Amino acid sequence: MLKQIEGSRAVAEAVALCRPQVICAYPITPQTHIVEGVGEMVKDGTLTNCEFINVESEFAALSVAIGASAAGARTYTATSSQGLLFMAEAVYNAAGLGLPIVMTIGNRAIGAPINIWNDHSDSMSMRDAGWIQLFAETNQEALDLHIQAFRLAEALSCPVMVCMDGFILTHAYDRVDIPMQAQVDGYLPPYEPRQILDPADPVSIGAMVGPEAFTEVRYMAHHKQLRALTLIPQLSAAFERQFGRASGGLLRSYRTEGAETIVVALGSVIGTVQEVIDEMREAGTRIGAVSICSFRPFPLAALRDALQNAARVVVLEKCLAVGLGGIVSDGVRKALSGIQLKGYTVIAGLGGRAITRASLLQLFTDATEDELEQVTFLDLNAEVVNHELERESAARRSGPTAEAILRRLGTVASNIG
Amino acid sequence: MFQVRIHGRGGQGVVSGAEMLSVAAFLEGRYAQAFPSFGSERMGAPVMAFCRIDDREIRLREPVMEPDALIIQDPTLLHQVDLFNGFGPRGYILLNSTRAFEALGLTEFLRKLRFERVCTLPATEIALKHVGRAVPNVPLLAGFAAISGQLRLASVVAAIRDKFPAALAEKNVAAAEEAYAMVKKIRETADAQAN
Amino acid sequence: MTETGNHMATEMQEVKFYQTGTFTVGNRLLAEDERSVQANMQRTNSLNSGHRACQGCGEALGARYAIDAAMRATGNQLIAVIATGCLEVFTTPYPESSWQIPSIHSLFGNAAAVASGVAAALRVTGNSATRVVAQGGDGGTTDIGFGCLSGMFERNDDVLYICYDNEAYMNTGVQRSSATPPAARTATTMAVGKEPGNVFGTGKNMPLIAMAHNIPYVATASVANLRDLEFKVTKAMGIHGARYIQIHVPCPLGWGSLPADTIKLARLAVESGLFPLFEAEHGELSGSTKIRSKVPVEDYLRPQKRFAHLFGKEPDTARLARIQAAADRNIARFNLLPQ
Repeated sequence: MLKQIEGSRAVAEAVALCRPQVICAYPITPQTHIVEGVGEMVKDGTLTNCEFINVESEFAALSVAIGASAAGARTYTATSSQGLLFMAEAVYNAAGLGLPIVMTIGNRAIGAPINIWNDHSDSMSMRDAGWIQLFAETNQEALDLHIQAFRLAEALSCPVMVCMDGFILTHAYDRVDIPMQAQVDGYLPPYEPRQILDPADPVSIGAMVGPEAFTEVRYMAHHKQLRALTLIPQLSAAFERQFGRASGGLLRSYRTEGAETIVVALGSVIGTVQEVIDEMREAGTRIGAVSICSFRPFPLAALRDALQNAARVVVLEKCLAVGLGGIVSDGVRKALSGIQLKGYTVIAGLGGRAITRASLLQLFTDATEDELEQVTFLDLNAEVVNHELERESAARRSGPTAEAILRRLGTVASNIG
Repeated sequence: MFQVRIHGRGGQGVVSGAEMLSVAAFLEGRYAQAFPSFGSERMGAPVMAFCRIDDREIRLREPVMEPDALIIQDPTLLHQVDLFNGFGPRGYILLNSTRAFEALGLTEFLRKLRFERVCTLPATEIALKHVGRAVPNVPLLAGFAAISGQLRLASVVAAIRDKFPAALAEKNVAAAEEAYAMVKKIRETADAQAN
Repeated sequence: MTETGNHMATEMQEVKFYQTGTFTVGNRLLAEDERSVQANMQRTNSLNSGHRACQGCGEALGARYAIDAAMRATGNQLIAVIATGCLEVFTTPYPESSWQIPSIHSLFGNAAAVASGVAAALRVTGNSATRVVAQGGDGGTTDIGFGCLSGMFERNDDVLYICYDNEAYMNTGVQRSSATPPAARTATTMAVGKEPGNVFGTGKNMPLIAMAHNIPYVATASVANLRDLEFKVTKAMGIHGARYIQIHVPCPLGWGSLPADTIKLARLAVESGLFPLFEAEHGELSGSTKIRSKVPVEDYLRPQKRFAHLFGKEPDTARLARIQAAADRNIARFNLLPQ
């Protein structure tokens, strides 16, 4: 059924359709509306057979989820940014124990400096914890991916993060198609645990593993993610058959046929990228884009296929490997091992800075003319940076950096672009 | 694609105004995207929200840089925030004020625009009269429908009923109807003048 | 081999019962439900032998009694959650586990939260028979697990949380926790300087904090009185909602005491007043175990090397007096001496 609702609400309705049994929640901008939505549905009786637990921290949220999942319940939670870091120990624990928890990440920057707006630094911080990480391009895809995520998680006994851009998607009203309960039931069977705490058949979960076996246990986790590379496209295809629309999968190509330049990106920015691609194609530039949906497992082979015939690749990332440059770029480079082409990393949109059509048009044009640095910070205000560097070299007691820069720029988040 | 940018202060319903706008467009079978631009989350702080309307899926995710219409919910923002950034000469402006543009120091600015596409509207007063709350978003929404022709009044009314609980919805509908009629009249007069 | 070999096959030898006058394990004169769980051949032996606890470990003793009692009380329908710590480490030495019941070890600070999750899953799947017990040491309970424990109390989740209190982070090498008593030597409160051992004026009283949450049941117990421990666990399992039991468990290694002295030391702690045994319901004291024969704190402190610096040629009379004062305050507050 078509609805015009907030992205968070769409996700809440999708999660509810998946018949979750235990949901635990701790508030943090910008995911709060999702759990509020589900909480309301439980309280007013729309969502039955579901325990909604208000926990005292994100660490508690994922810990409660771990207990619930281990005892055989289909479990869900959501967080962002600082919250994800606060539960970091439990994130690794859940993956290591093989518990099929589904968690939404409302992507938000990590401080310091504290920032509530969107970028991918939070999901990236947990990229090697062993969770599957799927990125949504639109609110429709965000809700669709949650349905796929439960099935994927339970098939593999591996937790899954569904990542959606905070504010840009979570707080945007969009037209979405909410599936019917029968459709979801036809796609997602009841949870059948691979391991369960049951007095009738006792097992110990979470034992210490020594040097003799740790490597093998970790290899099993690695192997699980490799299997996911096959399973994710299969579940995406099954989704299309059941719901009638393409959604998810490992990656998606846009106008890459004969493209000399290909832009790689994750999440909602791809919408703006596609608009610019269309404009440039109209003008005769052979440019296309690839949007990565499955960031973990990283689709090395599929990406290689998609990119290998290009002359240059521009990786547009909303995250930063401090001192190094790109994070996604590393994976892309690895996918292109042995293939000679020009690779550019563009760090954009950090802390919610708008990625505009105008900036991208200039950026892509520069790229096609190979007039880009290896690593570019899009729309960096060099004057502000230089001024700050001068100030710091002038006095030892130069004070906090962020505050000094803000003093020059004015109020927080007062500019449009 | 038609792009609207709404300026106001926290607590004036800027964000829900944009949302209702998108719902109204949706009800007419069109695609719409509405999203806020958050500054500090507190009452009284300048807030912006955006709405795009199109007949095909909207992919663009940047803030509305070149609005086809500006809805200004609080005139005190006029000389404080760069409201008209990116605004072209053919756009629509709906300004919440009991005073005319000239009285607000915008005479020069107005000369470059299509005068039948801009008007002021005492939205807060209309809201107070019908709803009892100084939240001008609904009258401005109806006014926008009237001056731009982008939406039918019936769609705005349906969006209002979707958003508010029954009793409150009907009061807002009354406010919308008055605002719509007022702006429609202003528009008709202006059109006649232009011809 | 006997001359009456044939008779052995057909005649049951009569067992003579002797009255021991106490609640000794095996006292057949007690009614069935008053007998110790450990006397029953059908006990679950939830913590099977073969675990790697130290000789004289108070925690191993306390855990075995507590869990078997919980199993009896629930008809063997119990799920155990274990925090990282001595218990977890010595009961699950890879590739073995001494747990005979379903158990999960997640992290150091989240046993209470994980248990809340297990309880929620049982609730939502309509399983009202199976119950949940969470366990942690004092470090995992009063320090790193404090937030999760308080959350569990606040929500009144149906979990019995048992804290095995040996008064320091023993598993990692005897470091100070907020349950470490004043003047005790640990690796991070060495017996050196102007105030040797743990300083006075710090520390958390977890049972009182539990009471402040107004949960249905709070109790303290000790391996000095194992029947009392079983009784309290059994009582707790008859109640639904958040429950907390803190069991005093001497650690020979960390305390510097003889393995054979574990129960004796636990008894001295109770009899001196330093570890009061009491129960509380919904935030109000509901009962306490009277001290049978009060002893000065020194009797308890002397056999432990962690307090050695208080004794010797020049005993630290000032600090000993402060410790005695603390014991006396407990006696008054919890009404531990018979009137």
